[in-house]
Amino acid sequence: MADAGPQPTEGDDTAGPRPWAGRAVVAFGHFWWDFLIGDTPELFVGVLAVLGLVAAACLDHRLRTAAAFASPVLVALLLTGSVWWAGRRRRT
Amino acid sequence: MTATVTHSGTLVLVLAVFLACAVESVEALTIVLAVGVTRGWRTALEGVVAALAVLAALVGALGPALVHLVPLTTLRLVIGGLLLIFGLQWLRKAVLRAAGLKARHDEDAIFAEQVEELSTGAPAGGRDTTGFVVAFKGVFLEGMEVVVIVLTLGSTSHALGTAALSAAAAVVVVTVAGLVVARQLSAVPENAMKMAVGLMLVSFGTFWSGESVGVHWPGSDLAIPVLVGFYGLVAWALVTWMSRPRPVPRVAGDPPGRGDPVAPLTGGSHG
Repeated sequence: MADAGPQPTEGDDTAGPRPWAGRAVVAFGHFWWDFLIGDTPELFVGVLAVLGLVAAACLDHRLRTAAAFASPVLVALLLTGSVWWAGRRRRT
Repeated sequence: MTATVTHSGTLVLVLAVFLACAVESVEALTIVLAVGVTRGWRTALEGVVAALAVLAALVGALGPALVHLVPLTTLRLVIGGLLLIFGLQWLRKAVLRAAGLKARHDEDAIFAEQVEELSTGAPAGGRDTTGFVVAFKGVFLEGMEVVVIVLTLGSTSHALGTAALSAAAAVVVVTVAGLVVARQLSAVPENAMKMAVGLMLVSFGTFWSGESVGVHWPGSDLAIPVLVGFYGLVAWALVTWMSRPRPVPRVAGDPPGRGDPVAPLTGGSHG
């Protein structure tokens, strides 16, 4: 992790309030981070992987119908893995 | 045949938006009722109206822009991916709750918590900024998820008006029901509704993202209800699998026959 530079401390007069636009950008970033990743990063990465695999398969025209059957199975496997992992963490 | 296929897709879309909006409305209404009871109904309604106006402006501004400016294939790929992620998150949460591995959303507890927080330092007179902000944030934040669903489902299937109407109908139904059964929102089968929405979002997401990268769906749009059924079966199997009692691993030296089942956990956060 890179050094983020001097951090404002309590009573530091030079550390003024962040401008409105800055706060809005940070809040917007937080919203999308929570929305897409939150506490399930495996789903985000898994969906990208599934879409990549399906897109790669569809480059071959003969596999385009087979992909219709494979993509829901891959999504179901992703869900199963995520639920299994969550269950395991909660039980231990 | 084409009309039947289109109708089945539209029906699933209307149902998905209606249920998603109903779930979020229940959560927002809990907060609004808490503000109304503790800080006054005028403040609560002002917060609600302001939040609804901002949300409506977002749909009005972004919806047509998405439809007219972004190519349909790109729109379906991005939105399909978003729906898949969002839908899988809802479905995962609903499965864990149904299996007893995550605490269910308890609207009564949330209501009591909000009332306790808001009761301290109630204003003697003048404008109640705290009450307004809590009501506004409650409606706005819950509504943002609905806006994303309305925009994504509506714009991709060129049925933004239908999606928006469906969302508005859900708000009206939940509000009327909420006023009738005031403070008994915990009776709403929220987890079942979340499960249904998750199934539909994942189905739409799979269909559109697949179509955008070149998947040939047998039966065209008719594949959407088939996908809903398939994912429904998967969710049912997962709930059954995760609900079964697990034997405790035997510790060395324990007498045989100890293998007691572990009760499902009920702890977890709201949300």
